[in-house]
Amino acid sequence: MKAYVPILIVFIFVLGFAVTNIVLSHLVGKRKNTRAKLIPYECGMDPVGSAHQRFSVKFYLVAMLFILFDIEAVFLLPWAVVFRDLIQKLSRPFVFLEMMVFVAVLLVGYIYVWKKGLFEWNRS
Amino acid sequence: MEIVHILFLAFAALAVVAAFNVILQRNPIYSAIGLIVVLCSLAVLFLTLYAPFIAAMQVIVYAGAIMVLFVFVIMLLNIREEESKTDRQKYLKFLAAPLFLALLGMIAAVVKTVGNPAPRGTDQLGSVQTLAEGMFTKYVLPFEATSVLILMAIVGSMLLARREKAEDVERIEQALAASQEGAEATEKEEVAA
Amino acid sequence: MQSLFNSLDLQFVLGSLIKIAIFWIFIMLVVAYMVYAERRVLAVIQNRLGPNRVGWQGLLQPFADLIKFIFKEDLVPLAVNKALYMMAPVIVLVPAMMVLIVYPFGPEVPLPFGGVLSQLINDLTARVGLNWNVDLRTINLYITNFNVGLLYVFAMTSLGVYGIVIGGWASNSKYSLLGGLRSSAQMISYELAMSLSVVAVLIQIGTLDLNEIARGQGDWFGLRWNIFGGPTLAMLPSALIAFVIYLISAIAETNRVPFDLPEAETELVAGFHTEYSSLKFALFFMAEYVNMTTVSVLATTLFLGGWQGPFVEQFPWLGIVYFLAKVFFFLFLYIWLRGTLPRFRYDQLMNFGWKILLPVALFNIVLASVLGVLFL
Repeated sequence: MKAYVPILIVFIFVLGFAVTNIVLSHLVGKRKNTRAKLIPYECGMDPVGSAHQRFSVKFYLVAMLFILFDIEAVFLLPWAVVFRDLIQKLSRPFVFLEMMVFVAVLLVGYIYVWKKGLFEWNRS
Repeated sequence: MEIVHILFLAFAALAVVAAFNVILQRNPIYSAIGLIVVLCSLAVLFLTLYAPFIAAMQVIVYAGAIMVLFVFVIMLLNIREEESKTDRQKYLKFLAAPLFLALLGMIAAVVKTVGNPAPRGTDQLGSVQTLAEGMFTKYVLPFEATSVLILMAIVGSMLLARREKAEDVERIEQALAASQEGAEATEKEEVAA
Repeated sequence: MQSLFNSLDLQFVLGSLIKIAIFWIFIMLVVAYMVYAERRVLAVIQNRLGPNRVGWQGLLQPFADLIKFIFKEDLVPLAVNKALYMMAPVIVLVPAMMVLIVYPFGPEVPLPFGGVLSQLINDLTARVGLNWNVDLRTINLYITNFNVGLLYVFAMTSLGVYGIVIGGWASNSKYSLLGGLRSSAQMISYELAMSLSVVAVLIQIGTLDLNEIARGQGDWFGLRWNIFGGPTLAMLPSALIAFVIYLISAIAETNRVPFDLPEAETELVAGFHTEYSSLKFALFFMAEYVNMTTVSVLATTLFLGGWQGPFVEQFPWLGIVYFLAKVFFFLFLYIWLRGTLPRFRYDQLMNFGWKILLPVALFNIVLASVLGVLFL
């Protein structure tokens, strides 16, 4: 367990460094505010409307798909780690096939998403 | 009192505080950040319970993937600060107190039954090897069932996101084509003029 | 209280704190000179001179830049969400730098004057009544080492997205928001391909411990690297494909050319950090370069043998030389690509990630496991 203690140490260390930087730039940098500096940058134009607008549902779908495939990766990683141990202990086809079934089922989902046109980014 | 216990208590407290922050903030993006803090401190709790693999998964899947979706949705739908809907929540107030008491009772009961600190794990118990060997030999059926679950989630999310019916799409396309024809027609007229 | 001071844990904490400080300074120097090298190399590629005025050949340029960053105006536009705007650079930098502790710089090495030094420390602590038993004759060239090291790196990388999204959102500028959104969608898309490509090579490695991975590649005169198939040459095809996929998605993951859509200056000004100035901007910049170093370290350790190389057994200090040479090769590759390649269009980028890299990575896992079942 001791090996994990440096995570906490480095977290405090780096957090301290980053916060110091923010505070330092707040204190040291001179400040002279003008109207043009304080409005959001829009290439010299006065901004029209709020920046917070609705976005394409595609971003949402990509995030959703990312979660699902990330979970797949989460199962694949430990399987890959014990692959060499398991093929010594169990029958080789079993170790291979159990993951291939898993991947094949997810491949069906992948093909479905493709056919539904989620990956057509140039089409709205 | 070992250092592990101190860390456990500190991060458990942090998780509770951050969880309160999630429900008390009016701005949804602050709530989301609070939730990320909760999930990360839960990961530390897993570490102190000798489950490093679960801890890493907690951060990768929950804090790193699911919360990205949350943040996206908050930004995507442009959810503003929650308006106070006092009239609708008037009656819920009276429910809150007994429910809170019930929750306190439950926590007290759990604390009482657990009593002794949880049995100490070892570095081996929560390692990737132990976990994977269990998952891919003894519990292979639940593991395969997970793939079907994920497949269902994929199909479901696609269906939810694109609910427009075929005829709707057709109508929109017709309208677009009509407007394009109209534009071409006026262009021709201009040229003729 | 006395027992706490005497306990090994305090020694361990102090030791790791010192190591963290040393490696941190080192990484900061790498970042600073990486920026300098990038400017000089790009200048050479484009037939210019580049910064060569501050110090000999411009070698003091990074420090001049640092001083400039500190004294720049700290601009906070009116429309921003102030708390989040201040927090975003911190959220980006902290997970990026936290990865530092698992970098496997080298093997166990003998420390020059280690015996004298440990004697000195033991004497000094004994004088204040402590009973330490420090042994510094050999030290490990890494800060810590645990059996989920690789997953720790992935976990920290996946947290880096938030700073970018939050920074883009809090700036309340259209360019920032678009940049942040694009960047996060891109990062999560390529993160998938990255972790899947690693799965293929993990089949031949069999551990997630970064030091163990490096140590396992020591045969054949220190050249039995995982890219050549690790335990058996038969795994060569899958290892090579995994390496290529890893390299591509690592570049996309760090938002660099040709995948630098989030800060495509011709369309988005500067992307998510458009509204940032002075040291806050510098923090974003640092985080980007630290992330580049991290993926280079991973590429080196996973595929190119880490600190392994000829004669490392006899001269352990050679390990860190090999390690840095390999890491710097990847960092140079970044600059080289930036000087050579044009930028993707956004739809091309997403198509490439989801339609080509992801299926190829999946196929490669199948290939690797077939080869593994047959030959391992």
